[in-house]
Amino acid sequence: MSQAYAWSAVATIVSASTAGDVLLSHAMKQVGDVSELRRRKGFLALAGTVLRTPTFLLGVTAMATAFYAMLFGLSWADVSLVVPASTSLTFVTNAVAAKFFLHERVDHRRWLAALLVAGGVVLLAL
Amino acid sequence: MTFRKYLVLAGVAIFAVTGDSLVSRGMKHAGAVSLHNLPSIILVVFRPEVALGVFFLLAFFACYMAALSWADLTYVLPTTSVSFILLTLVAKFALHENVSVTRWMGVLLISIGVGVVTQGPSMTHPEKPQQPECVPAPEPARMES
Repeated sequence: MSQAYAWSAVATIVSASTAGDVLLSHAMKQVGDVSELRRRKGFLALAGTVLRTPTFLLGVTAMATAFYAMLFGLSWADVSLVVPASTSLTFVTNAVAAKFFLHERVDHRRWLAALLVAGGVVLLAL
Repeated sequence: MTFRKYLVLAGVAIFAVTGDSLVSRGMKHAGAVSLHNLPSIILVVFRPEVALGVFFLLAFFACYMAALSWADLTYVLPTTSVSFILLTLVAKFALHENVSVTRWMGVLLISIGVGVVTQGPSMTHPEKPQQPECVPAPEPARMES
């Protein structure tokens, strides 16, 4: 039963964190290079620009959902199961989502890296 | 990629490991959180270890946002998975957990993955239809006097 709880937490973390990563990446590409913006406009103006970006707020909401799902998961199962399992799956779902939603050029090198890291993270959990 | 940008990526990995480890320790001390006692999962954030962990996770978030502003998601995520190598080292040397050969193999795979992705560009642009390149206008023939 606790395994079912742990894996349902993993499923929630993966969905929420993929949505969060894609939304945040989209938001930060809209904002632009932060170091350059900070130099030009100052830190407060930069923070204001980021906080006023709608996809940033949506991304943070998705990440908060993933964070609380992680807190539940960690209290039910080992950190060595929940963290690597959810993260390894997130690498693969993020590569797919980045290709289709962010239109990143996910070439063979990026796929190989995502799969190697996902596989490595699974091995860490065994 | 500049040295400063590599430092930001290192910040993502180090702050994530520190934050996760502190939150994990705090949650273990707090015991199981029940769905029937929802306030407990909100109040648990005020435990010192969890609060410090959340502080480090905020630092992680700031570095992560900075990285995403100048690099692709599919570059930042594999690169910052160095955090799993660090997590294993913390488990072995700070928490004195038993790290099996399989886990070291996992560390090796992640290291190769990080090596593979860092060989490529940090930012790709969405594929756009090919536009004819601008050909500079030929210089007008000079009138010989």
